Amino acid sequence: MAADVHKKKSWEVPNGSLAPGDGQHTERSESPTPGLAQGTEPGAGQEGAMFVHTRSYEDLTSPEDGAAAARSPEERRGEPAEQSSMEQISKDFSELSTQLTGMALDLDEEMRAGKEGKLEPSPQTARRDSVLSGKEEEDVTMDAWRSHRKHVFVLSEAGKPVYSRYGSEEALSSTMGVMMALVSFLEAEKNAIRSIHADGYKVVFVRRSPLVLVAVARTRQSEQEIAHELLYIYYQILSLLTWTQLNHIFQQKQNYDLRRLLAGSERITDNLLDLMAHDPSFLMGAVRCLPLAASVRDAVSSSLQQAKAKSLVFSILLSGNQLVSLVRKKDQFLHPIDLHLLFNLISSSSSFREGEAWTPICLPKFNSSGFFHAHISYLEQEMDLCLLLVSTDREDFFTVSDCKRRFQERLRRRGVQHALHEALRTPFYSVAQVGIPDLRHFIYKSKSSGLFTSPEIEAPYVQEEEKERLLGLYQYLHSRAHNSSRPLKNIYFTGPRENLLAWVTNAFELYVCYSPLGTKAGAINAVNKLMKWIRKEEDRLFILTPQTY
Amino acid sequence: MALRELKVCLLGDTGVGKSSIVWRFVEDSFDPNINPTIGASFMTKTVQYQNELHKFLIWDTAGQERFRALAPMYYRGSAAAIIVYDITKEETFSTLKNWVKELRQHGPPNIVVAIAGNKCDLNDVREVMEKDAKDYADSIHAIFVETSAKNAININELFIEISRRIPSTDTNPASSGKGFKLRRQPSVTKRSCC
Repeated sequence: MAADVHKKKSWEVPNGSLAPGDGQHTERSESPTPGLAQGTEPGAGQEGAMFVHTRSYEDLTSPEDGAAAARSPEERRGEPAEQSSMEQISKDFSELSTQLTGMALDLDEEMRAGKEGKLEPSPQTARRDSVLSGKEEEDVTMDAWRSHRKHVFVLSEAGKPVYSRYGSEEALSSTMGVMMALVSFLEAEKNAIRSIHADGYKVVFVRRSPLVLVAVARTRQSEQEIAHELLYIYYQILSLLTWTQLNHIFQQKQNYDLRRLLAGSERITDNLLDLMAHDPSFLMGAVRCLPLAASVRDAVSSSLQQAKAKSLVFSILLSGNQLVSLVRKKDQFLHPIDLHLLFNLISSSSSFREGEAWTPICLPKFNSSGFFHAHISYLEQEMDLCLLLVSTDREDFFTVSDCKRRFQERLRRRGVQHALHEALRTPFYSVAQVGIPDLRHFIYKSKSSGLFTSPEIEAPYVQEEEKERLLGLYQYLHSRAHNSSRPLKNIYFTGPRENLLAWVTNAFELYVCYSPLGTKAGAINAVNKLMKWIRKEEDRLFILTPQTY
Repeated sequence: MALRELKVCLLGDTGVGKSSIVWRFVEDSFDPNINPTIGASFMTKTVQYQNELHKFLIWDTAGQERFRALAPMYYRGSAAAIIVYDITKEETFSTLKNWVKELRQHGPPNIVVAIAGNKCDLNDVREVMEKDAKDYADSIHAIFVETSAKNAININELFIEISRRIPSTDTNPASSGKGFKLRRQPSVTKRSCC
């Protein structure tokens, strides 16, 4: 059973790389089969993975009921204090969840102490300046506020508001107090509230001490998926503060008003929520590449690789929310979630458009206790091509800035700029290129590379609501395929406006949308054709030869 | 003509218009919907001053609380600091006074301090009197101007005044700063295209 494989510990490759061993990639088959080994599916990297290998969806949701949470404190203490960086990375997630579980064990005590500060009105004046955040705060007593499809609230264990997607946090302090009361009421009984389902709404709680995240949604997403989005918000907050700092602050002062430190970052969190509503990257737990001829991409990657510096860990070139190239330090792997947070940071602010930015950033899945320093700049004014150089040394700005100059120089010398400009002009491909009449759209993810590909969303999904509806259908299929109690490998879904097919194997995930007129047999035939097409185009749609410094 | 590199940093509360002042000076442009700076932003501009070329290496810092601890990295080794407040917000002037104190305690001893009261185009909602700010600036021997990045008022003048106040000795003040590494490497000659 494919589903069982997910649960096996042996499934996790210790070094974080799932690249096939030598010789294996010569056996890349014409058309993949369900039995296809990981690392040989279309889009699998030939020389090593770029990312920490992730089980994506499960990776995020597993701490709730995964093996890590079940370990006893003795076992946790027994872990070696120091690990090599490789082990560190592959264990990163389980470590993090272990720590968090550790915090949760002392909950009762914390809660009793925390309650004193609860419902205390914030003495701070509104920190969210409407001029700065570019939006007016909504009146939380109005119907318009109530009618939003998804509210997200973040609060501290003292019940103090930290973030609200809509409306000002002050106006919501009593609401958040009630939320905290619900959480602590159940926790007092050594229990945990996970969700409330009522009247078409799902209220989902995610507890990551010292924060509580709550979503109130009337979308069709599953509870798991909403929790997954809340975890992204949690990681987003960590990326600004680090886990260490966040915990330190609340250890010092339980009723600290975290908005002081997060002031000005609301737009980043707002942007992340908007992005998750229409970009399948988050659902897939994977990264989309800009379609680019392999020769051009290789030239870009090696230019990037040559413009290295001692303190550099990752060099990332991106356009929109698509990856153009990523070069990493040998043995250091980025997690797709961290890359998503970087994408979100860049797309959320126009301040990177001018000059060269230099900012501390925590990559919570890589290392939640410290800051990297990111050099962020656009390559050319009119072009959507952003270069991100991640360094370990905060005083190394000019060295890193010089790497950018050297990269641009090499790019010019190799004469690939024109080809790169051309590719940026058509950042998406049309589904018509596949040549299957009934095919409307698809998402294909290669599990070993952590990359996915998807054509442009075309008619009839023109309007924003229609696009979101299509993503909603994918979300539905995804949640059925990954349901923790009853996972499915194949799904054929017949709807009034379209038919969909989902196919999840050890090596890849495929979600396909067809016109409603086709048949199931036709859909299955089309999948084979589609997979052959992806194999044929894989060197354009994926990064097959990731580079290291 | 001699080229001097002058490291300048901008400090001040969030939303007072530090980035707008820099954009106006460097690009001569203004964006009313500018986003808050994240971390710090680096830009350069070279202007002629008398018989010298002054290349301003400008560090535009973020005013938000969470970046507060990074400020010393930028004012250390600076030839000048421009502290910006918003004339329509009294509290930004209080923040400014804290910055002056911090620079006195931890900044380079000969740093030229310039105080810019930005948004002077919004005179009808003014909260900080020009005279009060001027008196304060005089008391600490700082340059004082009221500016409007929006209407391009006193922006170039601010930088000319800094050029004038920088000691005209040939030693570059930016290179004497206490082992500070955030300065241009000698090998770098030209800033790349954006």
